[in-house]
Amino acid sequence: MRTDRVHMADSGKLLSQLADRISYLIDIKGNSEYGNIGDLLRQIQGLRQSLFEIKEADLFEEIDRIEDRVSFLEDRVAEKLGPAEIVNIVRSPQRFTLIDILENVYDSYTELGGEGDCNIDPAIMVARATISRRVKNKLYSHQVMVIGHEKGRGEEYRNGGCARPWGNDKALRYMRVAETEGIPIHSYIFTPGSYPVEDYPGAAQQIARNLYVMAKLKVPLVSFISEGGSGGAEAIGVSGLRLMGSRGYYSVISPEGAAAIEGKIREGEKVPRELVEHCAVQLKITAENNLKLGTIDRIIEEPPLGARRDDFPFFRRLRYEMLRATDEVVLKTKNFRAFRAYALKRREEEGKDVPEDFDLFISWNLTDLEIERLLEFRLKKYMELGKGYFLENKNVLTDGIRKTKIFASKTYYDLRYGLLRPHSRNVQKVIEEVSSEGSVFLRKVTEPVRAAYDFVFPQMERPGKVIHSEGPDERKSIFAEEWESYVSPLANEDCTVTCPNASKYGCMDLWVPDLYGEFCGVCPNCGHHFPLEYQWYLENLFDKNSVHEFNDYITSCNPLGFQGYNARLKKDIKRTGRNSSMITFDAEVWGLRLVVAMLFSNFRGGTVGTAEGEKFVRACDVAGTTRRPLLAYIHSTGGIRIHEGTLGVVQMPKCTLAVREYNDNGGLYIVVYDNNSYAGPVASFLGCSLYQFGMRSSRIGFAGPRVIRETTGQDVPPDYHSAKNALRRGHIQGIWDRREFKKNLHDALMTLGGPNLYYK
Amino acid sequence: MDINLNDLLRRYRSHPFEDYPVETPHTGVVFLKVKEDQIVKGLGGEWLHRPGTLLYVIERERNVKRITALWSGQVSGIRLDIEGQFVEAGELLFSIRHQLDKEEIIDRILTQVLYILPAPQRARYFLAPEISAKLEQKPKEGVSVESGDEVLIMSLMKRDTVISYEGAPGALYKVYFKSGDMVEQGSPLLGICPPDKLRYVQKVIQRIRTEWEN
Repeated sequence: MRTDRVHMADSGKLLSQLADRISYLIDIKGNSEYGNIGDLLRQIQGLRQSLFEIKEADLFEEIDRIEDRVSFLEDRVAEKLGPAEIVNIVRSPQRFTLIDILENVYDSYTELGGEGDCNIDPAIMVARATISRRVKNKLYSHQVMVIGHEKGRGEEYRNGGCARPWGNDKALRYMRVAETEGIPIHSYIFTPGSYPVEDYPGAAQQIARNLYVMAKLKVPLVSFISEGGSGGAEAIGVSGLRLMGSRGYYSVISPEGAAAIEGKIREGEKVPRELVEHCAVQLKITAENNLKLGTIDRIIEEPPLGARRDDFPFFRRLRYEMLRATDEVVLKTKNFRAFRAYALKRREEEGKDVPEDFDLFISWNLTDLEIERLLEFRLKKYMELGKGYFLENKNVLTDGIRKTKIFASKTYYDLRYGLLRPHSRNVQKVIEEVSSEGSVFLRKVTEPVRAAYDFVFPQMERPGKVIHSEGPDERKSIFAEEWESYVSPLANEDCTVTCPNASKYGCMDLWVPDLYGEFCGVCPNCGHHFPLEYQWYLENLFDKNSVHEFNDYITSCNPLGFQGYNARLKKDIKRTGRNSSMITFDAEVWGLRLVVAMLFSNFRGGTVGTAEGEKFVRACDVAGTTRRPLLAYIHSTGGIRIHEGTLGVVQMPKCTLAVREYNDNGGLYIVVYDNNSYAGPVASFLGCSLYQFGMRSSRIGFAGPRVIRETTGQDVPPDYHSAKNALRRGHIQGIWDRREFKKNLHDALMTLGGPNLYYK
Repeated sequence: MDINLNDLLRRYRSHPFEDYPVETPHTGVVFLKVKEDQIVKGLGGEWLHRPGTLLYVIERERNVKRITALWSGQVSGIRLDIEGQFVEAGELLFSIRHQLDKEEIIDRILTQVLYILPAPQRARYFLAPEISAKLEQKPKEGVSVESGDEVLIMSLMKRDTVISYEGAPGALYKVYFKSGDMVEQGSPLLGICPPDKLRYVQKVIQRIRTEWEN
């Protein structure tokens, strides 16, 4: 019996705490039937109403009974906590939010870019904060930039932590401020996903811009994940060290979304609860799963049922872990031995209580050399993500040959374009200068002699030399050769089709052999582009016999062991004769050599997984080594492959970092979208390109109309994702016609790009 | 303008329908997908982007074209004899009897009673500031306009052209566009009512709004 409770006011407080614990259990289980929790809640309500009518001793006895029952149920729930329940924990209004972290982890903070609802996007909070540590009874403070999602405490305007494009832009702006001031960034991810609106510059485009900048942000980055919803999480989540709460989840898609896709649930219909739970298990979304997959670096232990707003021991641990994590990121760049000693000590301390004092103070300021190392480590870390989760089908011999080839070509191109070309350029410059000066001098001497000679022996003027520029011969039909080489099999059908714009523009029915043959699948009246298979582009866009595929042995697999996925994957491999949805190859466009990465729709809807990510990164490497331009032609992409979970999600930053590295080394990366391009890839390594073009009739965006309707509750116009609208909001730089694709591409390759291309 | 509003009303009360003929757009073999008296739905959605009920399929050169309803209503006069037959272009298959609602009837009455000023070309239109101010002050009474009055500003390619009203004097009864909207050529811009009929028209419209069943 509690003897210290003498006031009835205490009993009211206890009842209210118990009611909170019970409603938390109801949140976790998703219903009030489990263990008759609903009854317990009703009993508490009854006690509250008759608080002053019951004897104090009876009341406390009853409270004790209920508390014992609640504790028992809590233990039971904690014992068998499934992924779906963890999702419920994360979504519970009682879970801690960013404001709690700012108040309890940091000493002080100043919110930047608005407060509360007076904010450009209240879903994203940015604050300049101070975090301190005690070393030998002396207090040391660090300044950090805290950026994160704020789900709110029931505030509608927070939008549940779903950042709008301008919210992510705000985050980006303050990342740059942190960079200017040289202070580390702590990111806190509490988002179910980005808000899928295409207002300027579009959700996908903004995330891609964030990733592109974060790839080379010159300050230490540390992130903590509580609710990591795919692209929205990545928008602020690139970091040197990724921590995750033990009761958080990090996923490619919400379990409900995955269930709707897997179960082919129609819009508006309810997704069965069992299917959602099944998908939550399959997606491997928990902290343990993610640690195993290597998509996070460390787990921060929470209480068995997750940390809540008043969980002060957890905040103490979080503060300690954030400090240690930032130390580690900084130390790696300073001295490897010091880092190793630090890491070893850290490992010894694993599982122990949070110490009061730190052993030493580590300054978070970095020199230029250390910043270089920081970026190198970040690049290296992301390049390793997802490795080992695709099949390479290689043996020691072929691997050896491959490595030798890479080494040889790297040496050759380094020598040719890295060493000899600058030298030859300098020599050429000197010769030009000398010859022009010499010719001026010579002219002065020879001019009177030549004038006299010309006067005595007058000659007919010779025509000037015609300089042929590289590129297509304008007099030739660009279709003539291609017609002979490849015609789409779609043209073999003897029938007509109707242009979708027939009612609007009065287009006549088109005879299929004409349409897919002579007209390149384009309506001659309105210019509507009918979809064509990717092989058409392979044959018609590039010079004959110039396409040489590489890394085709990299094969997609089922890294999460997603049930029923193996059979589907095998079927696609057999049907398409390819091992992944990405084809990487060397090719030529009117003699101009380039590297191409192509995503095509026939293989798992053109989705991106670890194999595709790795192929893309390697294509960037090849393009960088050979000083060739890199083209990403997107025949179609449906986003990140949900069956690969977060392994797919991390391909977003991984590929973006590779692209950034390639661009910074003076390359040219062009993206051309065709058909449908949505979600993760567009929000990362495609959307980050400085030069993006869309084919007519292509659709580009972050989420499809159904997801937008289900998330925002509003319908979108039919042309919401059209290329024209993508151009209007500045996502793409131009719209290309399929019939002029080759010419436009050649022009772009000749006119755009950095100075390090082999032909410049 | 010699229109008897009572006659008009009586006509719509006795026959509140509009019959839309459904004809084949071109030659082909027709397969009907509706039955006599079936209720069909027209275009739906905020942008009228959702197709209506499938009415029939017409096949020509192995091109199977699905024709959907543009209007809501009831199928009438269906010609079952042409089911599966080859037909010429413009062949009447059936009609969709569309029941007019209050607003549609009001619109129809107004187009007959009012003098409609159409858009001379595709451009953005604004009400003249004077008219706009008067309308804000007395929205219900209508603003009287006379021949030669500047009523609209047409804005095209950053050039503004003032449009003057030409016609019998009257009251500005209806504005068919939102200021600053892009209006297609020929679409109605303003509806002007003869002053003597203004009160009467208002009364009739009020009656339709209150008394009409749907």
